[in-house]
Amino acid sequence: MIRRLFVVLLLAVLGGLFLALQLGYVPDAQLNQTAAYYAEHGAGELGAANLVTAIIVTYRGLDTLGEVTVLFLATTIIGLVLATGRATISSESRRTQVSELLTTGSRLLAPPIMLLGVYVFINGHLTPGGGFQGGAILASSALLLLLAEPLRDFSHSLIATVEALSGSIYVLLGLFGLVFAGGFLDNRFLPLGTFGELFSAGAIPLIYSLIGLKVGAEFSSVLVHLSATDTTEEQP
Amino acid sequence: MNAILLLLTALLCVAMLVTAVTAIMVNSTPIAILAAGLISLLASVVFVLLAAPDVAMTEAAIGSGLTTFLFFFVLARVRAGSEDGGEL
Repeated sequence: MIRRLFVVLLLAVLGGLFLALQLGYVPDAQLNQTAAYYAEHGAGELGAANLVTAIIVTYRGLDTLGEVTVLFLATTIIGLVLATGRATISSESRRTQVSELLTTGSRLLAPPIMLLGVYVFINGHLTPGGGFQGGAILASSALLLLLAEPLRDFSHSLIATVEALSGSIYVLLGLFGLVFAGGFLDNRFLPLGTFGELFSAGAIPLIYSLIGLKVGAEFSSVLVHLSATDTTEEQP
Repeated sequence: MNAILLLLTALLCVAMLVTAVTAIMVNSTPIAILAAGLISLLASVVFVLLAAPDVAMTEAAIGSGLTTFLFFFVLARVRAGSEDGGEL
């Protein structure tokens, strides 16, 4: 009873806070100084049709590197927690019943979903979306395969290699920008090309594809770790 | 923002609230998972209406795609574990 009262009280306080925020909200009449600079000079300076990507990958590239690092740390710790103290089960003992519909459907759907993920991160500088979204789509196709065929053993070393390679090449490209162009993660050491074409915007498509591969590999490694860990041995 | 868009956004927000309450109240776990995924799907439509397609992509891919799949995956594992004699 007391607990329920606390919950209601907490909800009322939160609601009051948000209501105060909403009532005091005044939309900005114009962009602030930084945003105005990005909006005016972004397309001309970096050659990316999608301004959001230009900001994420180049202007605020260091923040994106930090984001990728946080994700990497999280997946590493999940892998560590799931790997220690519990035996990974052999594929014979993973005998979850899988329906025919799921197996056949995933065989049809997994390749197009994977292609969609690759499309999303390769076209990150032209259309909405990019490395993080494409990586999540890649990982969901891996999860579909895991759901459909629990007996299949996914290659841990392949996933780890993809992740490590894409991560180091990402940082290396950032250093290339430092040496050959204006600064760390500057995309202009490659030619900017024609505005709005696939091979344009310098190194942005390259960097975003690497981010996509890295994010996809990280999410997939979490899922594969989850699926390969025996849950029944938790009981002492 | 014109009147039709405003109406549509308000409608979507009400639908999100209803779905959220459903996700908490309903007894069946699969329906709760689906409702939680539906909230993200409706939120991504709201983001599109608010002219933020990149955020909408993230919300749709991670919120309604990956996490819904993941919850079902874990649910299947939990059920398989409880059949083996576990407490779950």
